[in-house]
Amino acid sequence: MQLRPLAVCAIVFFTAGLAVSSFAGFREFIPGLLQGAAVTIQITVGGCILAMVMALIAAMAKMYGPLPLRWLAVAYIEVFRGTSALVQLFWLFFVLPHFGILLDPLTVAITALGLNVGAYGAEVVRGAVNAVPRGQWEASVALNMPRALSLRRIILPQAFVAMIPPWGNLFIELLKATALVSLITISDLTFKAQQMNQTTFRTVEIFTIVLVVYLALSVLITVGTRTLETFAARGIARGR
Amino acid sequence: MFWDWNYVWEITPTLLRASVVTIQATLLGFALAAVLGLVLAILRMSKTGWISVTAAGFVEFIRSTPVLIQIFFIFFVFPEFGVVLPAMTAGVIALGLHYGSYCSEVYRAGLENVPRGQWEASTALNLSPYITFRDIIIPQAIPPVVPALGNYLVALFKETPLLSAIAVLELMQTAKILGSQSFRYVEPITLVGGFFLVMSLIAAAFIRQVETYLNRTLRNPGGAR
Repeated sequence: MQLRPLAVCAIVFFTAGLAVSSFAGFREFIPGLLQGAAVTIQITVGGCILAMVMALIAAMAKMYGPLPLRWLAVAYIEVFRGTSALVQLFWLFFVLPHFGILLDPLTVAITALGLNVGAYGAEVVRGAVNAVPRGQWEASVALNMPRALSLRRIILPQAFVAMIPPWGNLFIELLKATALVSLITISDLTFKAQQMNQTTFRTVEIFTIVLVVYLALSVLITVGTRTLETFAARGIARGR
Repeated sequence: MFWDWNYVWEITPTLLRASVVTIQATLLGFALAAVLGLVLAILRMSKTGWISVTAAGFVEFIRSTPVLIQIFFIFFVFPEFGVVLPAMTAGVIALGLHYGSYCSEVYRAGLENVPRGQWEASTALNLSPYITFRDIIIPQAIPPVVPALGNYLVALFKETPLLSAIAVLELMQTAKILGSQSFRYVEPITLVGGFFLVMSLIAAAFIRQVETYLNRTLRNPGGAR
């Protein structure tokens, strides 16, 4: 993702949004939208953590697990990559209560999005682990390291560096997917926007501000990923 | 009783009818995305600074914001400027716009992979930029990126349930209506999930076929084995 055009258009949109809304009394929208943004951030962070955990577990199970576990991992990855995030969200929200599992909407949201992105992440982890040169495995065998130890100490730290850019993209996908949770009655940014739109009819201002907020959060993720990337790459360079 | 087969047979015809709308939205949205993506990719390669920066900024902006908000924006905000669109049209435009900006990156990769010598040869033969693009560059740039475009077709297909948010009667919306009529959500939503899974797996297999076919033909232009 290129940063400069993004920053340019962020500024253009922000000033345009400000210009449109300054004479429309947009201050009244700000507190509500900030509350919504806080929920959006909460779900994004929760979903990211769950996604990373699930991705690591699923990738390890698919690559090194015993056969039944491997099938389970493949099924998980294919099902969550093969169906829509919205269908998964609705499925957890409407169907689980029939089985007597009552979760509050926020938990459902974090679970559904985390599992969805985790399935994509599992393939990222797998690709990154496979991209570590075979010689590293052979060297660990020569040094008489057990498989688990060489995976943990040698392979995964190197794979981690290759994983950062695709994970950055997945986090942005997750952020964008959090807009869906407004459809299961969570008052995130999108929900607040719709609510305010129905009460104030200031459609243009509200949706422009919301777009800018999402853009700002995306840019934040991009900048964070870039920083982590240079930081991690420096570690590798020193190690070599 | 968690799963009622009688109910499943009862709602299947309704869901199948709704799946037609889903497939329509997918195909129309992707047709728009394919054309728009190419236009954006070419604009982004423009030598005029402000054109390429505007196109790049537009693509990054669309890619960084949720498609649901874009759907709402087109459906709720455009009428303020006098552009009133039916829900289906607004949804298709939003999906086409969103995936068009993804596709533009794919096209750009394809266009940049065409060797520079092809451009130089076209200049040497005194071909106009339009002819160069149409007859020399695009025929070489598109086939290698078809599988990547196919992946976005599947991704777009999986985003169509979002149209239920603006009350397009596609698969998800129909399932929700069926669920609210009978208070049984298990069957309709599971069936919808199953439909998407099956369609995505078939599409993924088909894309793999296309990929192997293209790899074969691209390595042997003219079809010689």
